[in-house]
This record gives sequence, structure tokens and C-alpha cells, in this order.
Amino acid sequence: MKKWVNIKTNLPAAGFLAFLLAIWEFLGRILEIPGYILPAPSAIALALAENFPLLLEHTRATFIAVLGGLILAIGVAFILALAMDRWKPLKQALYPVLVISQAVPIFALAPLILIWFGAGLLPKVLIVALVCFFPLAVNLVEGLSQVDQEAVDLMQTMQANRWMIMRSVQLPFAMPYFFSGLKIAATYSVLGAIIGEWLAARAGLGIYMLRAMHSFRTSDLFASIVVVVVISLALFKLVELAGWLFMPWQRNTTNHMKGWL
Amino acid sequence: MRTISRLAIENIYSTYYSGEQHLSVLENVSLHVGEGEFVSVLGPSGSGKSTILKIAAGLLNPDQGRILVNNREVTGKPRLVGYMPQYDLLFPWKTLRQNAALPLLAKKIKAKEASKKVDEMLPLFSLENFAEYYPHQLSGGMRQRAALLRTMLIDSDLMLLDEPFAALDALTRETMQDWLLKIWGQFRRSVLFVTHSIDEAIYLSDRIYVITERPGKIAIEQIIDLKRPRSKEIITTSIFSSYKQVMINALNVNARGEEDINQN
Ligand SMILES: Nc1ncnc2c1ncn2[C@@H]1O[C@H](COP(=O)(O)OP(=O)(O)OP(=O)(O)O)[C@@H](O)[C@H]1O
Ligand SMILES: [Mg+2]
Repeated sequence: MKKWVNIKTNLPAAGFLAFLLAIWEFLGRILEIPGYILPAPSAIALALAENFPLLLEHTRATFIAVLGGLILAIGVAFILALAMDRWKPLKQALYPVLVISQAVPIFALAPLILIWFGAGLLPKVLIVALVCFFPLAVNLVEGLSQVDQEAVDLMQTMQANRWMIMRSVQLPFAMPYFFSGLKIAATYSVLGAIIGEWLAARAGLGIYMLRAMHSFRTSDLFASIVVVVVISLALFKLVELAGWLFMPWQRNTTNHMKGWL
Repeated sequence: MRTISRLAIENIYSTYYSGEQHLSVLENVSLHVGEGEFVSVLGPSGSGKSTILKIAAGLLNPDQGRILVNNREVTGKPRLVGYMPQYDLLFPWKTLRQNAALPLLAKKIKAKEASKKVDEMLPLFSLENFAEYYPHQLSGGMRQRAALLRTMLIDSDLMLLDEPFAALDALTRETMQDWLLKIWGQFRRSVLFVTHSIDEAIYLSDRIYVITERPGKIAIEQIIDLKRPRSKEIITTSIFSSYKQVMINALNVNARGEEDINQN
């Protein structure tokens, strides 16, 4: 079994990052850059530690929106992809529209959603779901349709019904496609939630950022960026873990788990 | 010749269309497989052997002609048949046991019972220690045996095997041939076997159809009258060589200088 986090391969990157931070800290002190323009890493760490409980609360609000949106997007993507695979006319009608709609900057739709749904949790969840839905649906549809016709033929000679073919051939075949869509979606999701919060929300990292910005607490702004990065990485890793769990047959064949953390 | 015909293919023509192009692949091909009979189709690459099997399995509709199974016409209807495609097509996301159990699950047998049934069969295929393995962890010979086991578990008296041993090295291949004969002797299914190896066809078959280069036509039909059970010694006998000569002549190997008629 492959190690899930590979320390050795990540060592050089970690070292380089530490080196960059050291230079940043050093230059900040030498050049006496004011903290509200560019706070030193140490100041950011301090801001992170001091406001940790508050930050955690806002992080929770964002995370709930992210998870809710992701789950909603996954559900809708699965239902639509399965329906499109089952009824070809539906696919012919819907799929091109889906692909074209990927060109619409979803973030530009966020204000609309806020107008329609107000400033609670729901609009945030919807924005996240909207940005996550497309990569998921498109990848799933693609995966389901790319399946080897010979494999389907073989199942037919066993008189397997449609649902069994879907379950034992098409869905497993589409899983890697789905998970690569999910990786993209996971990255978008945090962004989606924060943009929703920038526009209107009562809590969340986006709100925290806005407040920090308005009062020129730049180190707090950086602290929230650090948190965003951590959440995004955690989500990405979570997706990889899910992929690892759901696709045991891929564990030794591909190096999709090769570490970057 | 046997009386009951498990499979009869009558005067089929087949063409592949891709856009403007069309490629005539089979011309007036007729063949039959009797009950418990082992019949091979021998021909060069691209002659339409796989196409014959797909038509026999009901996965492809011929332009003309009929398919009869147990004397009933079934042309172009997908149906229950022990079809083993040219590439083993074990699903990479399923373990050996899960792959082999598929035909049973398709028959609505409960998963637990299906696993049990597979496990009972595994020793016969020398796979009992590999049930939990994924296909990529198996050797080529094991994969072929696993695919054959899966084909065997399809509840049909007719087996259509498309070059099951083509991808194997010569040694493994010979072992697998003997092993297939043993299994076949035990279960006595009717087999339509596709190969491009002359020796393999003669060694295994009761009867051989030689088909020509595209468009495929039946060049000759040859009964192989070698007593069973057979062992590898017969390959050096003169009667074996004379069968071989017949095949070579029919395939016109020398004239064409084709390498893929493999005489190993
Ligand atoms: N789906 C397809 N579409 C178009 N042409 C095809 C298709 N399948 C096969 N052909 C063509 O039909 C001809 C016969 O193919 P077939 O696979 O039946 O040959 P074969 O005798 O099985 O060859 P081999 O020994 O290499 O497996 C080939 O020339 C091939 O290019
Ligand atoms: Mg072939």
C-alpha cells in the first residue's frame, strides 16, 4: 500500500518554502516595511495566534457553506449525468448547453443569487454548488460515455441489465474522471464561498477579510489567506483520500497519490 | 458429424461502414458447431475472425444471412452466450473473484452465493490463491484463465473464444492449450475457437474452417481426425504434419509471405 503522505518527496519543497519565509522576514526588517503594507511572517503568525478563536468561528461558517455546496453539486451532477447517459436526446439537448455555460463566469452570477436568496447560508451554498457543478457534471458525463463498447457488449452476452452495466462497468470506469472533476471543484469551492461572503453574509472568512481590509489590519488579512490555503489543501487531500478509498484498484497502478504535502 | 447443431451461421455477409468508406469483411460465410464439438476458425489477421464471433454472439448484425442457435433463428439478437473477447477484458476495478462472479450476478444470484461458486471453481483454473487480486497484479496466463473461468460461468452450452492465447509466450501458450483441452473434456461445451496459429487449431479442434484474407471467405473445412485425449507428442506425427500442409496450402502462406500466420 502506498503511503498517503510522502515526507521524503516533499522535503525539498518544504525547505524552499521555509527559505522564502526567512528572506521575507529578513527583508521586512532590514527595509523597515510598515506592517499595514507588508507584515512580516512573524507578525502574520502572531495575528493568526491572537485571533485564532474568532478566525476558527468564521472558518467554520465558510467550511459549512463549502461542504454543503460540494455535496449539493455532487448530487445534482450525478443525477443529471446518469439521466443524460440514460436518455440520449436529453444529453443532446443539455450537454452542449452545459459546455457552453462553462464559459459564463459563474462568479459574475453571484450577485444575482444574492438578490434572489438574501444573505444567509443558502445563497453561499448555491454559489459554491454552481461553481462546482460544471467540472463535476462534465467529467462524469465524459467518463460515462467513454466506456469501452466491448465491455458493454460483454456484459450483454451475460444478459446483464442496464442498471448492472451502469453499476459494474460505467460508474467504476467514470470514477477517475469524477475525481479529477472533484479536485477542480474542491479548489473552486472555497473561492466560491468567499466571494459569496464578500457580497453579503453575516459570517465567514470572506467577512473576516472584509473587516480586516476596512481597518487596514493587513496581518489579519494575511492570516485569513493562510487559513484559506490550509482549507483548500485539506479539501484537496480529502478528495484524494476519498479517491483512494473508492478506487482501491488504482492504489498501486498510478501515482496520483504522489505527495505534494 | 453430430446431429444437433448448437450454432449455425448461414451465408453471412458483413460490411463495416465508417463515413463514406465501407469495408467488406465477410462474404458468404457459413459454418456450424455441433453439440460438444470443438471447432476453430483459422485465418490471417484482419480476415474477419472476430467479426464472425461478434455476429455469432448477436452483438453485430450481418448484412445478409442467418444465425441459428439450437436450430432456432436468433440473428442480431444479443443473448446469453459464453463470449470471450479478443482482449481478456477483465475489469481493472474488480478483483479476480468479482470479475468471475459477474455472469452469476447478472443471473441475479446473490453475491455471497456467487462468490462461493467462483471459489469452488478457482482450483480447477489454478487460481485459488489469487481471488483477491486485481487484474493488473496477475500474470498474462492467469488473466486468460480468469477470463476463461468467467466465460465458463456464463450459463450457456456454447462458448465463443477469440484468440484466448494469442498474447501469451509460446511456453505458457502450450500449457494453456493442454489445460483448455482438459477443462473442455470435463464440461463438454460446444466451442467456436478463433486463432491464427495453425498448430493450435489442429491440436485443439475436431474441425477447422480456414478463412481467407479480407474479405473473409471459407477456403476449406477440414475435419481433424486425431484421437482424444491428445498430448503434445502428436505434433511430431506425420498425420499432424499432413494436416498442417493442408492448412498452409489453404492459407497460401508462401505466396503471400505473410508473417502473422504463426506456425509455432
Ligand atoms: N468496428 C469496426 N469498424 C470498422 N472496421 C472494422 C471494425 N472492426 C473491424 N474492422 C475491420 O474489419 C476487418 C476484420 O476485422 P476483424 O477484427 O474481424 O479481424 P480478425 O480476423 O479478428 O483480425 P485479428 O486476427 O487481427 O484479430 C479489419 O480489416 C478491421 O480493420
Ligand atoms: Mg480478431
